[in-house]
Amino acid sequence: MEVWPDGRDTGTESTNLMPFTPANLDLARAAIARYPQKKSAVLPLLHLAQDQDGYVTADAIEEIADLLDLTPALVLGTCSFYTMFKRAPVGKLVVSVCTNVSCLVNGGPDLLDHLQRRYAADSDVTVEEVECIAACDLAPVLQVNYEFHGPLTGESAATLVDEYKAGGRVARTISGTKVRSS
Amino acid sequence: MVAETRIITKFLHERPDDSWTVDAALANGAYDGLRKALGMTPEEIVAEVTTSGLRGRGGAGFGTGQKWSFLPKDVFPRYLAVNGDEGEPSTFKDHMLVERDPHQLIEGVIITSYAIQCHHAFIYLRGEFGLGAERLGQAIAEAYDRGFIGKNILDSGFDLEVVLHRGAGCYIAGDETGLLSSLEGERAMPRIKPPFPAVQGVYAAPTIVNNVETMSTVPHIINRGGEWYASMGVNRSTGTRIFSVSGNVERPGNYEIELGMTFRELIYDLAGGIKDGKGLGFFIPGGASSPWLIEEHLDAPLDMDSVQSELKTMLGSGAIMVFDDTVDPLLIAWRIAKFFAHESCGKCTPCREGSGWLEKVLYRMSHGYGRPEDLDLLLGFGNNLAPGLSWPPGMTTICQLGPSTMSPTVSLRNYWYDEIKERMTRDTEARGEIPVRSGTEPAVRAAL
Repeated sequence: MEVWPDGRDTGTESTNLMPFTPANLDLARAAIARYPQKKSAVLPLLHLAQDQDGYVTADAIEEIADLLDLTPALVLGTCSFYTMFKRAPVGKLVVSVCTNVSCLVNGGPDLLDHLQRRYAADSDVTVEEVECIAACDLAPVLQVNYEFHGPLTGESAATLVDEYKAGGRVARTISGTKVRSS
Repeated sequence: MVAETRIITKFLHERPDDSWTVDAALANGAYDGLRKALGMTPEEIVAEVTTSGLRGRGGAGFGTGQKWSFLPKDVFPRYLAVNGDEGEPSTFKDHMLVERDPHQLIEGVIITSYAIQCHHAFIYLRGEFGLGAERLGQAIAEAYDRGFIGKNILDSGFDLEVVLHRGAGCYIAGDETGLLSSLEGERAMPRIKPPFPAVQGVYAAPTIVNNVETMSTVPHIINRGGEWYASMGVNRSTGTRIFSVSGNVERPGNYEIELGMTFRELIYDLAGGIKDGKGLGFFIPGGASSPWLIEEHLDAPLDMDSVQSELKTMLGSGAIMVFDDTVDPLLIAWRIAKFFAHESCGKCTPCREGSGWLEKVLYRMSHGYGRPEDLDLLLGFGNNLAPGLSWPPGMTTICQLGPSTMSPTVSLRNYWYDEIKERMTRDTEARGEIPVRSGTEPAVRAAL
């Protein structure tokens, strides 16, 4: 329990966790060094934290704030603005289906609907609706962990996602940064 | 026979299997423009780009050389921020350029940095571009290895650091001042101009913000001269430009063409015309922000200035969305409104509140719950979002997102006003009367 100077409970729990692994902490420091001002590293560090933990944890927010000499509120404020950052656990595969206009007239909403039904009870797969992802020549298009695929039908999309699930295709990390080495 | 004029997309089409690798790029003469540029003075490069008439390819179409010349003299450090956030719906040209020809982009970035005398360049890349980030990151590392970036580039005494900065899913980071906020680690909220970024940009230092396509064009202008580039195109729209054509067309894709070609040639000859032999309903000429056009505008030339002055719309980001005659314009208007409501950053009240209400009302209109007065209602409060309800719109918000939310609704008024009113009346009659406050009291009507 953390307390104010007058002894009242601050309502925050100090966990003393070190969210970044030593290897990632090195990456974080390298990222910070690339910018003239530390604060610019908020986005790269949030990506790094999300890649490590699968989503942006409250501890990660605290540590990033610590590393950058910012308040956790500022880091959280930035984090919550961007749709790629998930602040609650998601599946190992994030399937982002576009339903913006070029996909809309080519069947995007049906694709989304099909996948949402199919993976409703599957904790490994999170299906989300996204705005235009800049691949309209492939409409209707979706991304699996930020890898583009299209044009797809409900069935071919499900086959694709199942291939990722079975390991037949190697998925990027949850922030789409790079292909997993393991 | 109309054809593409491939300049910045030539190499990536010639080497579809490895155009992003450093060896293939070098074999194609990548970084030759850089060598030439380093033998010139920065002023000569700015002059060459000004001569070329190159205008920003991100949407606003501002003269690139002119923008560079706005930097205050003797104020350092300066920064270059390359806008690769590409969020305008149906634009996918930067996506292609980053994934398939990253070295061309990097070369443009180095030349530009030298021209504006900055030693720190940022490439802000849309977060969703997983493969793009991988390839551009790799290309930057290779450019460091080969001495194109870093200290004393090619023994010229010029130093440059290039940082790849990934976004995280946010349309408004594509606005130049929103991008700067995001680059500083904050919410990507646009800032009031002036001061313009060239005077006070990232870290309150002079900053030039240029689009990926603009940067990719610079090496060619240096290699072949500003006069050569200016000899292409039409009027003040010089050179070539990539148009992303999508929607109900046979061959959606990116087409690099000389400006001045007509919409008809681009949509019918290059993109193959309307899919499944249907007729044209309407098309959107410059991304979701731009007012729409119809059949009678097909023979207008792709010229940034005449599209704005005569057609009252814009070429914007070069995204042309084509819809066949079975597509319901109301449905498209609602979906675009939904996009803007989602992407409004929430800083300015008219946009934050207005975009949400637009979406709600357009939803009921497009889904059978509309009311006869709905279109007037939208035009009434929309006049506070985009004063004048024309193009270019008046501004009540810091950035262009606010007034852009009204473009679809203004287009509905322009082409289908009576039709929509009749349809809403029919829908209301079919449902039976719902007692509602009309929202179109005399005071609101008078303002229309």
